[in-house]
Order: sequence, then structure tokens, then C-alpha cells
Amino acid sequence: MVLGGLIGLAGCALFPLLWMLSVSLMPPGAADTLPPPLLPQHPTLANYRVLFAQDGMGRYVFNSLLVASVTTLVSLGLNLGAGYAFAKLHFVGRERLFQLLVGALVLPAQVTMMPLFLLLKWMGLVNTYVGVMAPMLVTVFGIFIVRQYARSLPDELLEAARIDGAGEGWIFLRVVVPLIKPIMVTLAVFTFLASWNDFMWPLIILTGQEHYTLPVALAALSREHAQDTGTMMAGALVTTLPVLVLFLVLQRHYIQGLLLGSVKG
Amino acid sequence: MRPQRLTGWLFAGPALAVMTVFFFIPVLGGLALSLTDFDPYALADWHNLRFVGLGNYLVLLERPAFWSALGNTLYFVVAGVPLTMGLALAAALLLNHRLARWQGAFRTALFAPVVTTVVAAAVVWRYLFNTRAGMINVALQAVGLQPVDWLGNPRWAMPTLILFAAWKNFGYDMVLFLAGLQAIDPFLYEAARLDGASAPRRFWHITLPMLAPTTLIVGLLTVAGYFQLFAEPYVITEGGPLQSTVSVLYLMYDDGFKWWHLGMASAIAFLLFALIYAVSFMLLRLARKRGAA
Repeated sequence: MVLGGLIGLAGCALFPLLWMLSVSLMPPGAADTLPPPLLPQHPTLANYRVLFAQDGMGRYVFNSLLVASVTTLVSLGLNLGAGYAFAKLHFVGRERLFQLLVGALVLPAQVTMMPLFLLLKWMGLVNTYVGVMAPMLVTVFGIFIVRQYARSLPDELLEAARIDGAGEGWIFLRVVVPLIKPIMVTLAVFTFLASWNDFMWPLIILTGQEHYTLPVALAALSREHAQDTGTMMAGALVTTLPVLVLFLVLQRHYIQGLLLGSVKG
Repeated sequence: MRPQRLTGWLFAGPALAVMTVFFFIPVLGGLALSLTDFDPYALADWHNLRFVGLGNYLVLLERPAFWSALGNTLYFVVAGVPLTMGLALAAALLLNHRLARWQGAFRTALFAPVVTTVVAAAVVWRYLFNTRAGMINVALQAVGLQPVDWLGNPRWAMPTLILFAAWKNFGYDMVLFLAGLQAIDPFLYEAARLDGASAPRRFWHITLPMLAPTTLIVGLLTVAGYFQLFAEPYVITEGGPLQSTVSVLYLMYDDGFKWWHLGMASAIAFLLFALIYAVSFMLLRLARKRGAA
């Protein structure tokens, strides 16, 4: 009975995803016949060809890859530095600043969206890649999990390096970074997925198609044009497959970050 | 220790600077903006901007569209959160059961909807729940039931979104519940079994109380997330039919970025924030009273 329940639940969880895959492989128009077929009789990539040749999907894939990769790299650098500083370096106002950051967690992103738009408009960054990335470059979550992890490093190790005359930058790169690699992977997966899947902010800041990320482009396709079911399912698959694969490969790190992040609640 | 102080600022400084520019200043700016009548004229020329005090907030409280959006959002939260958490707990209990097998594979499968891009999943849902040719109605008819006008009927549109959200998000809560379950001392169950307690009694008197702190955290996270409903109605129903799925954030988006009433939109954002804060605070108080946290 336990196994039956699990199989049933897993079936419900996976059915929409498998259906998406199946319909995306049907010849154009085949999914719109009644009754709708469950499996493609002659699997074909025709829908994908339409998507990339007519709807310019390649451009959106490129945009999403660029935005998510750069966001991940930059935020890794910024959050690592800050997390390490809050864990191991002593500076004036450290504790109070950290409390302020944690307190800021209650503020939902949408209260910043209108003024952020005006700020970026003033900076000339509306409808640019930098504009999409701006709010994701530093996150309290990122600083928090790096700090939690870095706190477990022994102080003696850092002190020993200092006595040997090592510079702070060298200590960070050669001593600290190799030891906190696991949390770096966790943070990187989290940031990449969050950036890739983000919808509301890119929708606001991207006013022209040329910079659209995949979710924004897909939403526009589904809202504005009457699309063939097969093409839309192919679009949905292209949008979500990269993050699903990334999750499958690195899920241990992702789940760990999720558990660490919830403790903050 | 003097050089180290400087080092600390050097390492934390860049992140704090970015955060100040792109988060803290906009928060204060948003509060200020919500006290102005910022509209398309102000967007063209700042001199058209006027200070209106709490005017936007007062207008909102008399605007039927705001109350209707609030009602829709509350419907989504009140029905969606228990459904999602119930599913999550059930799935976690099954995964944690001693008769369960292939836990790793099942956990991955159940978690997959969480990492799926919400817009992509919403597009799939839109076609699955299509009234005429959608797979769901075809299946209903196959077992002799009446087809439902899922996305065309104002009474069914929100339940469809709630089903979607439960499907999409229960895996997240499940992972947290699972961690909570695994932290319960197995000795408690052994002792109860020796005392002859039945499975439902063990669940009621051991599992639920021991899980209370986890349940509180999961509840707070899920409630806060569900109040911020936006992408689902934007993609699946476009706010319709008859505005029945316009959420508070949807209203904020339309006011702010369709009509460029950024002052009014900011007021909506802060009212929503106040509401989330108040509800979270009440949940915490309730939990404290019951001794859960």
C-alpha cells in the first residue's frame, strides 16, 4: 500500500512533464485532434524546427544561458566574500549589519520593483542584461549559507597562515575557498536555477524581444499568438529541460541548500 | 587587529554596496513612491510628481478591484496552503515509511515539479485543462463524468490554479517534512509500540507533536509564497475569466507596468507586505500559545 501510494503520487507528479515531452514529439497539428493522442505515432522534431526557425528560440536560449551564468558567477564572488567576512573577519558593526540583513528577509521583492525600475531607467539599464541580473547579484540567502558554512573552519588554520606572512587575499583563495567548495556548488546551483526560472522581474525590465529570457518569451508566445499545442510543448520543454537536468545531476547539493535556507525561518 | 578590520570591509563591502543600491535604497524609495501620485505624466517629467500622503492607500481601500484581488488571493492561500502541505506531509510519511523502497528515485520524481520552470509548467497546464481538447476532460469523460469548463468558468478557474500550485510546490514542503520526520527519535515509536499504541495514535501523539516546529516553518514559507501569486494567473488564465483570478500582485503589475501608476503600485506592494507580515505574526503567536516553538 505504501508503494502503491508512492507510485500514484509520483505518477501525478510526472504525468504533466511526460505529456509535455510526448506532445512535443508529435507532428504539427496531431495533438489537436479529438480524442487527443497520448503518444506520438511517428515521433518527429518538426515542432522544434518551427520553434527555432520561426519563433527565434535560439536567441532566447542564448539570453537565458548568458543571464543565468553571469548572475551565478558574479553572485558567487560577492556572496562568498561577504559570507566569509561575516563568519571569520572582525570589523566594526559586523553583528549589527548581519542582523539588519537577516531582518531584510521579511521584505518581499515586489516592494522594490517600482523604484528599482525607475533607478535602472535613470541608469540607462532598462531592457539590458545587467538590468535583469541586478536584483539577483547579492542575496541574503547566499551570504547566510556561506557564513553558516565558513563558521565551522578552524580559526587556528587562518591564524597560522597569517603568522606565516600570507596576505588576506591569498588566505581566502588558497585556504578558505578549497575548504568551502561544497557550499559553493550549492549556492551556484541555487542561483542558476533561481535566475533561469525567474519571471516577474525579467517581464518588467525587458521591454524588447531581443533580450527576452526563455520564461518571458514563452509567456509571450502563449498569450499573444494562437499557437499549435505541439510547438508550445516543445517550447516548454526547451525552457525547463536545462534546469531539470542540472537538478538531476546536482540534486544532493540543491536539497542541502534548501534545508539550510529553511532554518532561517 | 587593525588591518583585519579593513580586510573585513574589503571582503563584505562589494556585496553590501550592491545590496544597498539594488535593494535597500529601492525599499526606501518604494515607501516614498507609495506616498506620491506617480503616473505616466511623472514618468515623462518629474515635475508632474505630487506628494499625496496616504492618499493611494485610502483610494485602494475604496477600490472594488483591490478588494476583489485580495479576495482571490486569500482564496488561493486558504485553500492552497493546506492542500499543498497535506500532500507534502502524506508524501513525506510514505517516503519515510519502513516499507517504502527506492526512496531516492521517488523523492527525485516527487520533487521534479519544484525545479520545473513555473512558466513552462503553467503552459502545460493551460493545454492539459483546455475545456474542449484537454487531456483532463477527456479522461473525465472516459470514466463517465461530465467535462468541466476549467479555465472558462469563473467558479473553476481559481481551483484549477490551486491544483496547479499544489502540484508544483508540494515537493518543496515534502523535503522539509522528510527532514523533520527523520529527526524524530525512533525510540519514541518503539516505546509506543510496546505500550500497544496503534498506528493512528502513534501518528497523532508522536509524529504530529514532534513535527510541530517543522510544520510551523513550512507553513510560514508556504503562506508567504502563496500570497505572492503572479505567474500562474498571468500565464494560465490571464486574470480571467471575469477577473476571477486577478491576484494582488497581478493588480500591482497592471497598475504599475501597464498603466504606469507606479505610486499606486507601490502602495499595493506595501499593503501586501503588511498583510503577509501580519498573518505570519499571527501564525507565530498561535504556535507559541500551543507551545510549538
